[in-house]
Amino acid sequence: MSEAAAADRVSARPGVQPGTATKYVFVDSPELTAADLALRGYEIAPGVQIKETCFGLMITGPEADVERLVDELRLLDPDRIFVKDRGFPPGDERRCRANLGGARPGFYGHENEMRLVRYISSGLRALRDPKKADLLRAKPRSPDEPLSVERLNTIIQES
Amino acid sequence: MAKVFIYPGTSLILSDLVSRFGHRPLGSALSVREKVQTAGLDSPPLQITPEDPKKGLRFAAVEVPSGVRGRMSLHGPQIEEAEAGIIILDADLAFGCMGCARTNELVRFLLHQRDIPILELTYPRSDEEGIRFVAAIRDFLSALAGGAAA
Repeated sequence: MSEAAAADRVSARPGVQPGTATKYVFVDSPELTAADLALRGYEIAPGVQIKETCFGLMITGPEADVERLVDELRLLDPDRIFVKDRGFPPGDERRCRANLGGARPGFYGHENEMRLVRYISSGLRALRDPKKADLLRAKPRSPDEPLSVERLNTIIQES
Repeated sequence: MAKVFIYPGTSLILSDLVSRFGHRPLGSALSVREKVQTAGLDSPPLQITPEDPKKGLRFAAVEVPSGVRGRMSLHGPQIEEAEAGIIILDADLAFGCMGCARTNELVRFLLHQRDIPILELTYPRSDEEGIRFVAAIRDFLSALAGGAAA
């Protein structure tokens, strides 16, 4: 296949032109749905392709526009909105589960981490409350970790 | 803004926290995107160009299974480019075939070989661990050049 023909085939697919970027926006909030995010997204950046999904959004467009939109969306619930890059644009037949059947490649990884993001949200909230963060950091790392002599001395002196 | 290699490369949590704290996460999506936007590749990242095994050979010897070399053509250049790294030790989601497993071992080994700051963590399983996890990443990233507060 000639280079020109190959370039035509690539540019025929939406969202795969060099300079475009795709990002996942995951929302794990009791106060915000994916639909709210999508509506706000269209208000802010009409020139960007937004796909609403069960977990949040997929946003495709020029990299600068996508970055700006993501920064604005984060403000809606900074501790409960999570963003990551995606290689393929939304709906690409090489990845979309509508064409492949079964779960989308990458789904299980997201499913695994989405169970843990509530703890990350707690961590992000605690960053604004340094007292709580310092207190928790001072605690032993895990129940299996042996108590140090210094810590034991401190406990004896305090009691 | 520092380039921070994340392991696992597909981690949502690491990718989000690194960019949130003002740095650039180097994950699998970026190298896959490069392939997706390359003319002439119909099924990236499975399909590779003649250049890719050559790239992979810089990180894995010729007797290493070709799957490892192919994967290293995606991860290897990012490891070379990285200025810091964050590794999650109990990343079950990085589980895969033997090619993935050996590539994961090699990625962690090469990261440790490089003289760059590395942070190793386990996934949080409670609120307290979550606070420690986020604080550790924030402290690590703020020590790198060009970091910003969340």
